[in-house]
Amino acid sequence: MEPHQHSEQCQEIFALLSDYLNVELPPDACREIETHLAGCPPCVEFAESLRKTIELCRRYRPAELPSPLGESAREELLAAYQKMLAARGA
Amino acid sequence: MDREQEVELARQLIAGAPGAFERFVEHFRSKVFQYSWLMCGHREDAEEVAQETLLKVFENFTQIREPERVRPWVFRIAKNACLMKRRKSVFAPATELSLDQLMPVRSNAGGRVAIEIADWSALPDDLLLRAELRDTLAAAIGELPESYRSVILLRDLEELSTQETAQILDLTEDVVKTRLHRARLAVRQKLDQQLRSPHGATAEMSKQGG
Repeated sequence: MEPHQHSEQCQEIFALLSDYLNVELPPDACREIETHLAGCPPCVEFAESLRKTIELCRRYRPAELPSPLGESAREELLAAYQKMLAARGA
Repeated sequence: MDREQEVELARQLIAGAPGAFERFVEHFRSKVFQYSWLMCGHREDAEEVAQETLLKVFENFTQIREPERVRPWVFRIAKNACLMKRRKSVFAPATELSLDQLMPVRSNAGGRVAIEIADWSALPDDLLLRAELRDTLAAAIGELPESYRSVILLRDLEELSTQETAQILDLTEDVVKTRLHRARLAVRQKLDQQLRSPHGATAEMSKQGG
């Protein structure tokens, strides 16, 4: 296979990698990607880095937390909640 | 708290169970704060969005027919509250992310195709949680154009489905998929740069490993 063709196929794979990792591709397209990956270590490496990026996003917890809820803000929410319960019970 | 526990909490809230209000407020206030912090970029705005969202949630709770949909429902309200805030905030101009710019640099030396990429395979999962990578991740998400940022926040950080995200953002599922992919690639690129830097996590790990 000539390098140029190879590169084009890699580009097609790049475009589909998220759908592939999300298991949102039809079986034919999945098989095509898996066949390509089996013979293309750079694409495997890239796919792995994308998978870890997604994993990192899923596990992300912010360093910043909201300030404690102030008393007047809490009162405002509680009043709306009690009104909702009353409307439901009525 | 996973989605099943959230649904159970929503049921308890509707039933007026003791403690449900406090737990609901604590859980969703923190989630909505995180989302709006990364969307709006200002702490004060994020706290206001969290309060406005919870208020709307309680005012309209009788409208929620399916407690199963509590998470997407809350985020739909939060998204609208963020849009209102946006008028007052400084936002990055709307730009498109091109796929070409997000691919790794390729070289083709001696007939062998290689890409310039950090060694991700050597990264243990707990290292992914270290503060420096977490800060890089937050910065990378913050630098994304807003239309991409909203998608990756809902899909990957909040783990909402493609369909739920499309409904929240008034987009087609195909647009959600395209934007998610480009957002992930852009974030991946920033993390890759961090990992390849002399003070990056990979370098540090090699030192620790001796």
